[in-house]
Amino acid sequence: MEKIIPAKERLLKSEKKWKDGELRGKILVTICAVIMISATISITIFLGTKGLQSFIKNGVSLIEFLTSTQWNPTNKANPEYGAFPFIFGSFAVTFLSAIVAAPLGIGGAIFMTEIAPSWGRKILQPVIELLVGIPSVVYGFIGLTVLVPFIREHVGGLGFSLLSGVIVLSIMILPTITTIATDAMSSLPKNLREGSYALGATRWQTIRKVLIPAALPSLLTAVVLGMARAFGEALAVQMVIGNVRDLPSNLLDASATLTTIITLNMGHTTYGSVENNTLWSMGLILLVMSFVFILLIRYLSSRRKM
Amino acid sequence: MKSLKKFSLLTLFAALMVFTAACGGGASTDKTEGTDKTSKTEEKKELSGSLSVSGSSAMQPLVAAAAEEFMNENPNVDIQVNAGGSGTGLSQVAEGSVQIGNSDVFAEEKEGIPADQLVDHKVAVVGMTAAVNPKVGIKDIKKEDLIKVFTGKITNWKELGGKDQKIVLVNRPDSSGTRAIFNKFALDGATPAEGITEDSSNTVKKIINETEGAIGYLAFSYFTDDSVTPLSIDGIEPTAENVQSGKFPVWAYQHSYTKGEADGLAKAFLDYLMSDDIQNTLLKEQGYLPVTKMKVERDAKGNQKNL
Repeated sequence: MEKIIPAKERLLKSEKKWKDGELRGKILVTICAVIMISATISITIFLGTKGLQSFIKNGVSLIEFLTSTQWNPTNKANPEYGAFPFIFGSFAVTFLSAIVAAPLGIGGAIFMTEIAPSWGRKILQPVIELLVGIPSVVYGFIGLTVLVPFIREHVGGLGFSLLSGVIVLSIMILPTITTIATDAMSSLPKNLREGSYALGATRWQTIRKVLIPAALPSLLTAVVLGMARAFGEALAVQMVIGNVRDLPSNLLDASATLTTIITLNMGHTTYGSVENNTLWSMGLILLVMSFVFILLIRYLSSRRKM
Repeated sequence: MKSLKKFSLLTLFAALMVFTAACGGGASTDKTEGTDKTSKTEEKKELSGSLSVSGSSAMQPLVAAAAEEFMNENPNVDIQVNAGGSGTGLSQVAEGSVQIGNSDVFAEEKEGIPADQLVDHKVAVVGMTAAVNPKVGIKDIKKEDLIKVFTGKITNWKELGGKDQKIVLVNRPDSSGTRAIFNKFALDGATPAEGITEDSSNTVKKIINETEGAIGYLAFSYFTDDSVTPLSIDGIEPTAENVQSGKFPVWAYQHSYTKGEADGLAKAFLDYLMSDDIQNTLLKEQGYLPVTKMKVERDAKGNQKNL
């Protein structure tokens, strides 16, 4: 025979347990949030103080740093600290790879959610997961051994070029864009599609006139997040872009980005030297840019909210 | 219950990690001091403790190989060798976070390093020369032409009697030690023109091999096959003998710096690096030249004199 426990006791017990769990959960989650916030704030403060030193302590002119194209930090008599070619390079590879990857990624997302939800997902999903899992050094190495010689022989130039960087980066940011775009498209309420079909719209009309505008804020977020990743990527780009300090005049010219200059020089410079500080300043630019990207996402999504 | 167990396991693991990390940092110096005492009393019978070395990525393979043999002979010794660049090595040894900092260049040449606090141990010599794509068709270059090539005044190999090919420069990063040495001794201080820049010598070699008309510079140890052609400068071949006798100008010391005089385990290891065994066998295997066989000497300002 089952032992009968009065309802009151059971209630008390479960209530106590429930309270315990509630409190523990709350503490756990709050700790996580506090750690994340403090990490972000401390990185910002650290990078801010480090990055501003070259302007405050070493007297490098901020305007020269941002606009001059002459980068010559090792010249003892007349060192020049113009980071503009690298800033330009970073923006060039970022925007160009977004232009390549955004249509591809959003197209793939539409294919997976609207055109062929069952088998399309089955094929594309693992492909995208595979792309995410490949480390960036492997992308760089494939770029160096396959892409660079290919471009040199079939397109022209040295092979080390903006174009190579853009191609490698587009493939690298494709998973980010596709995944977020897929989530955005599949989370659209079903009655949007049904309403559109009920009005007599075709599938393509529904996608173009209803679904894409409805998901646009999230799609833009996907693209901007992809761009943020492209802006910060160093290793793979460094291997294929050539790292030339001059401004590129066309797509086949070798170029350099902020991140490649940082990774190339960081180990060779000594802490506290002017050159080291200017590298930190470049890091600060990267951070500021990622803030700008985030603000952009905020702005876009708040404006387009339905 | 189950989640509690998991959680406590996680906490335990985290605590363990913090503990080991703390030990790794702090214990090394303590242990070295301990070794110092024992080696004095017991006439270096048994070495023990740990030593951390960081710096020049060019020196890393050499020092790591020597450390491995040293650890085989002294099983109680633990030596960690990290690469990271000459600047990192010098910074870390100056602030005391490693016992030995390796560098391709003299500490005096790096900005922001208290060179007077550091003691220089020259453990090896490395020779370098310009390397070209084999299809370029030249094997010897005059120094003045080399300077013209690297400063962009000569842009086609046919001007130097080679093939009709555009010259493609492959550089190292601005602050790289190899670049500094090559600029100083091969280009007489001229600033090279813009070119492809790569940090790893292996990549530089690969690019020179694959790109028509390419020229870069590499340490002798990279001339193991005929995928790139090392250039003689002013008719002097880039060989160990020519570097040792002082005829070939482009070479540099590989420095191991300690903060203050080396003692304890650091001293034992540096002595080991200078031993005939390492200087005459391991160095050669790794493509370096023994510092003990040099007939010339150089100071931080680049002045060379006969020994």
